[in-house]
Amino acid sequence: MAIKKFITGNFYDEAVLFPAVKKVRRAGYKIQDVYTPFPIHGLDKELGMKDTDLHIAGFIYGITGTTVAISFIGWMLAIDWQINFGGKPFFSLPAWIPIMFELTVLFSAVGMTLTFCWLCQLAPFVKKDHFNPRSTDDTFVMAVECTDKTNEAEAIAFLENAGAKDVQVQERETGWWFGRYDRESVVFGKKVAAV
Amino acid sequence: MSTTEKFIPTQKYNRIALALMVVGVIAAISLFVVTGGEGNHDNRARFWASLLQNSVYFLLVVNAAMFFMCATTLAWGGFQIAFTRVTEAIASCVPVVGFITVVILLALCFGDHHTIYHWTDAEHVAHDPALKHKSGFLSKGFFATVTILTYILWSFLGWKMRQMSLQTDEGDVVSTLEKRKKFVWNNTVIAALFIVVFALTVASSIPWLWVMSIDAHWYSTMFSWYNFASTFVAGLSLIALYVVFLKNNGALPLVNKEHLHDLGKFIFAFSIFWTYLWFAQFMLIWYSNQPEETIYFINRIGNDYHFSPYAGVFWVMLTINFVAPILIFMSRDSKRNYTTVTVVSVIVLFGHWLDYFQMVFPGVSPDKMPMMLFDMGVGLGFVGIIMYVTGRTLSKYPITAKNHPFVKEAVIHHT
Repeated sequence: MAIKKFITGNFYDEAVLFPAVKKVRRAGYKIQDVYTPFPIHGLDKELGMKDTDLHIAGFIYGITGTTVAISFIGWMLAIDWQINFGGKPFFSLPAWIPIMFELTVLFSAVGMTLTFCWLCQLAPFVKKDHFNPRSTDDTFVMAVECTDKTNEAEAIAFLENAGAKDVQVQERETGWWFGRYDRESVVFGKKVAAV
Repeated sequence: MSTTEKFIPTQKYNRIALALMVVGVIAAISLFVVTGGEGNHDNRARFWASLLQNSVYFLLVVNAAMFFMCATTLAWGGFQIAFTRVTEAIASCVPVVGFITVVILLALCFGDHHTIYHWTDAEHVAHDPALKHKSGFLSKGFFATVTILTYILWSFLGWKMRQMSLQTDEGDVVSTLEKRKKFVWNNTVIAALFIVVFALTVASSIPWLWVMSIDAHWYSTMFSWYNFASTFVAGLSLIALYVVFLKNNGALPLVNKEHLHDLGKFIFAFSIFWTYLWFAQFMLIWYSNQPEETIYFINRIGNDYHFSPYAGVFWVMLTINFVAPILIFMSRDSKRNYTTVTVVSVIVLFGHWLDYFQMVFPGVSPDKMPMMLFDMGVGLGFVGIIMYVTGRTLSKYPITAKNHPFVKEAVIHHT
């Protein structure tokens, strides 16, 4: 991961945010992301994000759970240590289906949670930079990535024109990092303003 | 097509509906002729069983449309308003199909067809302690009263729900905020009443009387729930089929893929629910292994010592009702695609028809599976009736309930 330069703008209203996203994208700026306190329907589409593959991972985890359950119980009760339960056959699939179902759910739930954390770069003791703390409270924060060719003053004016308040230029780490928000002013060898 | 226009079924549509009805009548008549003859009591039972299976199945399917309406109304749902007239039109088949069903059921109850409902035979019951014990529930008087009462309540409350929705078109019922609030409240009350009646009938007693009493000695307390799940999935599929059909014909201006997606989710979820109930019923019986309970499944699946001719139907039914919807409808795109929704809906409607086939027939002729083509013919007749009545109702009223208080929720609906 790397530290990049961003221009961030605060939006107070969805009705302003959506046309602004459209305008900013059309002008050729690269939007890193829009940070919102709650999910906004249709924003992902407006930002041109592709659908997540998390559910495919979930399906694979689920199938794995089913397979583990049936092969493990099958090996135990039908091959390794056969026990006669009320005269039922050793391989009694109906009795195992609840356990197969539970393991399917368990594997897909735990697996998807961990995958989700990995994709969002969330983990215990690991930190991620905020662009603006208000994105966890009541405003929508748009971060536009600056490249070598970006004219900062022009971009700031453009965002303000599109309805953004409190437009700033920020240098931020995009990936996750170890440390504490209040202490680490130097991250990965480069000076970064504390949030 | 604008929201105020009516959908007029084409000549071709009505002709197909009439042709299907003719097929149904021909199938029923030929079945009657084939099963006739002297001393052929069991054969005649096969004719009545076919009528019983098809009428009960299709009645419960169209009634599931009204249940869908009332459940979503009770939950203050918004998305279903986009196609609520379609649901209403399907539900308007209840009085028609219900009348046929009631006639068939009363004929079975009071006629001389003891091979289907053993408990109607007073002489037989006198020697049968189990049936004697149940005679308070399984008696002609109780059966007829509950059947007729159910028919009247379903028809009346369904009519009331449709009437309330149609009133909004005139405008005055929903012209002010106060009136809209009152309308939503009244609508919720009627929906709740229907749900209570529905819970006391389909979800608890009616399938016991109509279907489970064929195997009069056997009982399962979840049988009615299982029937409800079966017909609710089929009813949702029927709604989805009509939504796709009307959308393809340029009607239903407010419906888009989001609404279809939600219907798809409903079908997906309730297919799993159906399997869950089926398995819950099966596993408890399999596990406890009581002879008087397992006989039901031995007649349907067979075991090591007894071959059942219905085993094939049974496994096909389980596959297409569970595996097909869960695998096809798992991805988001397939629930938003008109073709896959149509395919799954047809599969599910047929699959639950097979489900009813294997509920009714093993009790009537356990050793030999009857030729299914006749029953399919009779079933097509009911499909024709449903098509005709639904088309007729659709042609009478505007295609969209455009003044309904929740119509905005339907328009901006997003999944």
